[in-house]
Amino acid sequence: MFLAIRELRFARARFALMGSVVALIAVLMVLLSGLSVGLVNDGVSGLQKMPVTSFAFEKGVPHDTAFSRSVVPLSAVDEWKKQPGVEDAAPFGNTLANAHSDRGLPVDLALFGVEPGSFVDPTPAEGEPLGEDPHGIVVSQTLLDQGLRIGDTITIDRIGTELHVIGAVDGQHTYGHVDVAYLPLSTWQQIKVGARPGEPVSDTARAEVTAVAVRADGDVDLAAGDKAADTESLTKEKSYGASPGYTAETSTLMLIQVFLYAISALVVGAFFTVWTIQRRQEIAVMRAMGAPTGYLLRDSLVQSLLLLVASAAAGVGVGVGAGALIEGTSMPFALSAPSIVVAAVLLVVLGLLGAAAAVVRITRVDPLTALGGNR
Amino acid sequence: MTAATPAPVSATGSAEAGLVLEDVTLVLGDGDDTVRALDEVSLSVVPGELVAVVGPSGSGKSSLLAVAGALTLPTSGRVVVDGVDTASAGRRGRTRLRRDHIGFVFQSGNLVPALTAADQLRLPGRFGGRREHRDPVELLAEVGIEHKADRRPHQLSGGERQRVGIARALVTGPRVLLVDEPTAALDRQRSQDIVALLAREARTHEVATVMVTHDHDVLHHCDRVYEMIDGSLRAFEG
Ligand SMILES: Nc1ncnc2c1ncn2[C@@H]1O[C@H](COP(=O)(O)OP(=O)(O)OP(=O)(O)O)[C@@H](O)[C@H]1O
Ligand SMILES: [Mg+2]
Repeated sequence: MFLAIRELRFARARFALMGSVVALIAVLMVLLSGLSVGLVNDGVSGLQKMPVTSFAFEKGVPHDTAFSRSVVPLSAVDEWKKQPGVEDAAPFGNTLANAHSDRGLPVDLALFGVEPGSFVDPTPAEGEPLGEDPHGIVVSQTLLDQGLRIGDTITIDRIGTELHVIGAVDGQHTYGHVDVAYLPLSTWQQIKVGARPGEPVSDTARAEVTAVAVRADGDVDLAAGDKAADTESLTKEKSYGASPGYTAETSTLMLIQVFLYAISALVVGAFFTVWTIQRRQEIAVMRAMGAPTGYLLRDSLVQSLLLLVASAAAGVGVGVGAGALIEGTSMPFALSAPSIVVAAVLLVVLGLLGAAAAVVRITRVDPLTALGGNR
Repeated sequence: MTAATPAPVSATGSAEAGLVLEDVTLVLGDGDDTVRALDEVSLSVVPGELVAVVGPSGSGKSSLLAVAGALTLPTSGRVVVDGVDTASAGRRGRTRLRRDHIGFVFQSGNLVPALTAADQLRLPGRFGGRREHRDPVELLAEVGIEHKADRRPHQLSGGERQRVGIARALVTGPRVLLVDEPTAALDRQRSQDIVALLAREARTHEVATVMVTHDHDVLHHCDRVYEMIDGSLRAFEG
């Protein structure tokens, strides 16, 4: 520490330059993590908040579009209920729709059709639950934030089905960047087949849903259940990939973050390589004076640790400040302490690895070079 | 290791207390392109003595310091520093030997750029070891630059840097001091001052000092003068 701190102070301009690069990367990391958490929330928070462990889709359905393509018969629900380890199973309908409220507010909805009273029927934080009114819907809190009110009527575009906002669930429930509205399964089937009000819905359509929502304990054998019910199960987490855009968005952001970590480690490594080469003569002198290699290595690592921690902390501070401003806008953005901490720790640890790869050069400095002017 | 071998060119005192080189040969380079940088060199310096080594460029003077300072092992022969044979000390043992018993003064000081004069003297204390070090402030006063204790190397003149370098080498209380061309970058008067300082320090603090120099004007400060020619050491005559 003795030498590390004095060198940081002495070459402060150079270290400040390096530190600001790390700090800027940290800012970017915080913003990217906010964006990915925001996008995840926007994409699948409606699914995340369901008390479900897996969904049983139609056999052979493509995994990335399972929610929009899958059709399973209602009979599969009973088959799943019988499976050992399954605590409950219920029909689940999922479709996207454009609509307008009676006050002219355009709303895009992810319609989640559920059997009122089943385990996937949500308990509203405000208003009434599903049940009495077959056209009643329970919406995500975020829709109320956008100006919709309980008591409003929403008309589905083109087919003209009217839905009544009777309640709202707490927090953000979105799916594929669209707010979720829970509605009774019968009404959902009507909208799904595009039946106008009053038009009949065929018996086949009445017997079909998107998937079986399953809540099971750890012992459940999904493969056995799939065999019995002729379905294809995805765990809840795997089903996120079926949300529109989810996989593309998260993998793009992941890739950017991985690149940033690599860039940061390389930049720090390059900086400390140059710095160590510049210090070669004084390192040779100190080694000739009997400085143990371990001492010199430790001192240099402490130096890079101080630099990394200070600049990552500054960057996180700025990033959180900027993030708080973005959070107030309509951008999909959410600051999450755990993911920021993980990003900061990774930045410091990888930077330290880069620095370590550079400062091992100290061990290769020959103390003999201290002797004589230009040896 | 027999302690009975006489130290051929020793003038005074017990051979083992300071620095002893016995028939030291150092072959440098590899393959066919080898150089006998040191050829059967024997030298013994007791604490309190200042010995100078002069000689043409490439004659092996720096090699002598490298071997005496446990930076390199001789190809053959024996180097004993303060009673410790450098060959049998091992790598760590040699590092400890340099830390605790040997002081180096390098050409142009070779100070750590980031450290003030006082901190240059505190640095060796960070290298471990339980030996009591001398007080940095007192030592800076002794070499005559106590008023520049807070200056960094780039704020010091060449002569001042050399004084800090000498103080740094002495702060651990070494028994052997090895000095490589201390006056190379200095004018005549400052060279005299620096070598006089070295002679004084060697005597008052009982340090066996070997100084390599090109500067024949400073030799009168020294107890003995040797000449290095093609790796061989012999007494210097005028
Ligand atoms: N690493 C090395 N490999 C091979 N030969 C070397 C090496 N280092 C030095 N030599 C040779 O060893 C001999 C002695 O070198 P040394 O540096 O000890 O001379 P010197 O007397 O200190 O010279 P100068 O006054 O120029 O500093 C020279 O011939 C030099 O070329
Ligand atoms: Mg030399």
